[in-house]
Amino acid sequence: MIKRIDSQKTEMIKIYFEGELINAHKGQTVASALLEAGVTHFQNTTSRGSQRGPFCMMGVCFDCLVEIDEQPNQQACMVNVYQEMKIRRQTNIFK
Amino acid sequence: MNNHYDIIIIGAGPAGMSASCLASKYKAKILVLDVAASPGGQIFRAVETNQSIDKQKFGANYLNGIKLVNKFRKCSINYHSRAKVWHLSENGEVHYLKDNKTHFVKAKHILITSGAQERPFPVAGWTLNGVMTAGAAQILLKESNLGIQNAVFVGTGPLLYLIAHQYLMMGIPIKAVVDTTPLSNYFRAIPKIVNLRGNFNEIYKGIRWIGDIKKSNTLFIKRISDLRILGDEEVHAIEYQKNGQWNKIECENVLLHQGLVPEINISLSVGCRKIWNQQQSCWNIDVDKWFQSSLPSISVAGDASSISGAIAAEASGKIAALNILAKLNIITANQRDQLAIPIHKSLKTEMSTRIFLETLFNPISHFRIPNNNDTIVCRCEEVSAGEIRESVDLGSKGPNQTKSFTRCGMGPCQGRLCGLTVSEIIADQLNRSVEEVGHYRIRPPITPITLGNLSTTKPAVTRSN
Repeated sequence: MIKRIDSQKTEMIKIYFEGELINAHKGQTVASALLEAGVTHFQNTTSRGSQRGPFCMMGVCFDCLVEIDEQPNQQACMVNVYQEMKIRRQTNIFK
Repeated sequence: MNNHYDIIIIGAGPAGMSASCLASKYKAKILVLDVAASPGGQIFRAVETNQSIDKQKFGANYLNGIKLVNKFRKCSINYHSRAKVWHLSENGEVHYLKDNKTHFVKAKHILITSGAQERPFPVAGWTLNGVMTAGAAQILLKESNLGIQNAVFVGTGPLLYLIAHQYLMMGIPIKAVVDTTPLSNYFRAIPKIVNLRGNFNEIYKGIRWIGDIKKSNTLFIKRISDLRILGDEEVHAIEYQKNGQWNKIECENVLLHQGLVPEINISLSVGCRKIWNQQQSCWNIDVDKWFQSSLPSISVAGDASSISGAIAAEASGKIAALNILAKLNIITANQRDQLAIPIHKSLKTEMSTRIFLETLFNPISHFRIPNNNDTIVCRCEEVSAGEIRESVDLGSKGPNQTKSFTRCGMGPCQGRLCGLTVSEIIADQLNRSVEEVGHYRIRPPITPITLGNLSTTKPAVTRSN
């Protein structure tokens, strides 16, 4: 369970994950916004299709790959949220 | 030429920032490339933007980072954030990706300050959803004020206790801290106390963190001998073995950490010589006392060459910068030597704690070389320890052959999370040293780029004959 430890007002950013609205905070990475919203499954590995989510949060592990505005293979931990960002779980590569 | 510099510095952590500040004073033309959104590296991550009500709770070191970042912001250099270096050559050419376009720049000298990453912690179940590194939890805290409630911290090393302590200070409930430091490490470390030369501050700090965690009534389990994480896709529980008994803790999140290792891919890709550091159980980039690598135009400072911490990184960045300035005839060799004396001295004091810390927190061999053949070693390609061992039985003599046999290290992380484990398993299996077995051959692009990105490359500059 991931919880915000302060209640300071920051500008809110509307993003969409699999079509569902998520209210994210300005300055947040995609990975942190999705984790805060309770999303743990970001992608399926290309090798065996196992579920994965953020592991290192610093751009090393590539476990948090998602599709952002139709661009595949985006590292969710390295990209900041912006208004109307549309994010999809990356599962299409494994079939 | 616009894209020609005296020095290109890769990484804006403590080493890169201090090197930039020093070199810019002497009017060197400097370009700093960093993958993050803002300067600071992992240690001072989001230090400018952190909105935590009480930054004090992150500790004095984090607050000191603001001073260094402010100084860096004011020095006259070119700084590109969100710039991913994907290729560099030993004659100073650097290709990087920014805003989905690739750019080409060139310098007389390159300083690599790519920092550290967390050591792989290959245990059964470490690929399940809900397992992260403790460093990842700290990033969520520094960058977004998010705390992972009721997580189990597992592992060893100062950073693990620091992050658990920060959680405690912030009032984020911790389910348990499970410590993997073996008793034998304490016996080995005690004689090394003489090496501290009275420099006990860091050690006191660590003892205080652990003391505070224990006082808080957090479940603190010491000296476990084995570990597995249970779950289907999501974590349900961890099981640990202590005194021959298996015990279970139910949990949704596990935060793993067993120390830091240098981020060597950039340095290896350009051909810097590496050496195996037995005491740290990892590769170091071979540098001299000026942080000059085996290649004449490449220096490697800070944790990128050998783990030594933020304060040492700041010092080594300055020393590397002085040496580069002398090589470029911006200062004389004599000036370099004089200016470096106090910095070398403070670096020596800072390094005096390392032998003790490295001995105490060297992870148990079976947490580096998994006994369980089902444990995944290469997370990207999902190659298990058993498959690595099988490749050796089939005749593989090293990581590059095993890579061809099994696809380990061929995924997007490019061996960053399996390289050490694969080399150590093969060495163990062949009963040879890791040095002899070697490491993956790292080739560009050192970060994945698309053909679309590549097509944005402008023709390389024409060279004068």
